[in-house]
Amino acid sequence: MSSSNQSDTPVIVTPSQTVGPYFKIGLIDERWTRMIPPGEGPLITVAGTVLDADGKPVPDAMLEIWQPDRRAFGRFGTDPADGSFTFQTLLPAGLRQPDGATHAGHLNVSVFARGLLKRLHTRIYFEGDPLNVADPILALVPEARRATLIARPTDASRHLFGFDVRLSGPGETVFFDC
Amino acid sequence: MKLTHPYPRESLQFDPPYLHPAYVSTQTRAPRQPLIVIPQTLSELTGPAFGHAEVKPSDADLTAQGEGAPLGERIIVHGRVLDERGRPVPDSLIEIWQANAAGRYHHVNDRHDAPLDPNFFGAGRCVTDSDGRYRFVTIRPGAYPWGNHPNAWRPAHIHLSLFGPCFLTRLVTQMYFPGDPLFPFDPIFNAVSDARARERLVAKFDLQATRPDWALGFQFDIVLRGSHATPLEAEHAS
Repeated sequence: MSSSNQSDTPVIVTPSQTVGPYFKIGLIDERWTRMIPPGEGPLITVAGTVLDADGKPVPDAMLEIWQPDRRAFGRFGTDPADGSFTFQTLLPAGLRQPDGATHAGHLNVSVFARGLLKRLHTRIYFEGDPLNVADPILALVPEARRATLIARPTDASRHLFGFDVRLSGPGETVFFDC
Repeated sequence: MKLTHPYPRESLQFDPPYLHPAYVSTQTRAPRQPLIVIPQTLSELTGPAFGHAEVKPSDADLTAQGEGAPLGERIIVHGRVLDERGRPVPDSLIEIWQANAAGRYHHVNDRHDAPLDPNFFGAGRCVTDSDGRYRFVTIRPGAYPWGNHPNAWRPAHIHLSLFGPCFLTRLVTQMYFPGDPLFPFDPIFNAVSDARARERLVAKFDLQATRPDWALGFQFDIVLRGSHATPLEAEHAS
């Protein structure tokens, strides 16, 4: 394996392994719960809980958020007591694709945890975005499960949204293969 | 919508499954519904960039974070980050974390009856150079028991986190040490069913990288998912 030996036959990609229960010592930095530098706003707050197959909170999950329209990144662990999380960003804008289509504003989410041998990939869309109805990614999701991808305002100002992640079981969040 | 995949999906075929019952925690955390296949859009073909400016050279030396030297066997872990086509992955953040020499993490939830080391915190990071190379100095971590099944012990390992060029190349994995007698008994390591893929997770002893009278060297090359063309070319072609 060297750069002078590029090949049309791909080599095996290093497999994923679980992040385990102790990722906090290496990966968590308080600054990443606020994805946007000070001065820009108004910010929205997204709050929720990660839940397992039995509906129990997952107190040792890590979420990473990628917001492509702002090139903004977030990363945080769920609360060790109750599996909750909260982060702040700007409401994502519609995203114009290279083919000219505009996709509904969304956040790309990776979920890591003990018991997850590889990350889970999901998205957070926002209720009330008129682009949601025509979004080609949402259209690939069976209608009955689409709601698991949509954050809902929990106050009238639309500054606070709720979004839970259900890893497994009833109401399981839609996860992607991409 | 056309399902374009500049990064071939088959490249992840050697990843472990979500549900691997021998690893008990997967039973309540693995999704049961089928994953929804989606195209790789701008959202997945972009990702966070972490510059050299955010990382100090000393962050790559886990033996220099206390007032004195940590206990245990000092080692050098180095290698290259490449994509599956052999192209180096430059300027890419690598973060590591690990147990100390006694097999204890500097983490409030680790209750293993082994000593903490006041001079070892077990976290480091660095950014790959223009040729994809990286290097850490650390302590060889100890094996430790866990509650998965009676007399369960994790083989010694270092956790690694890599971003690569976009959302799709994100990798969290573990590096193991050659010849570990615990390999046959570890459900996490063996969740990777292909023996050649498991080999990817095992560092090689490297006499060349060993520094005389100071530290043993281990080489660990990391292969990330790669595109069959550059993502932009692929987008224009579609």
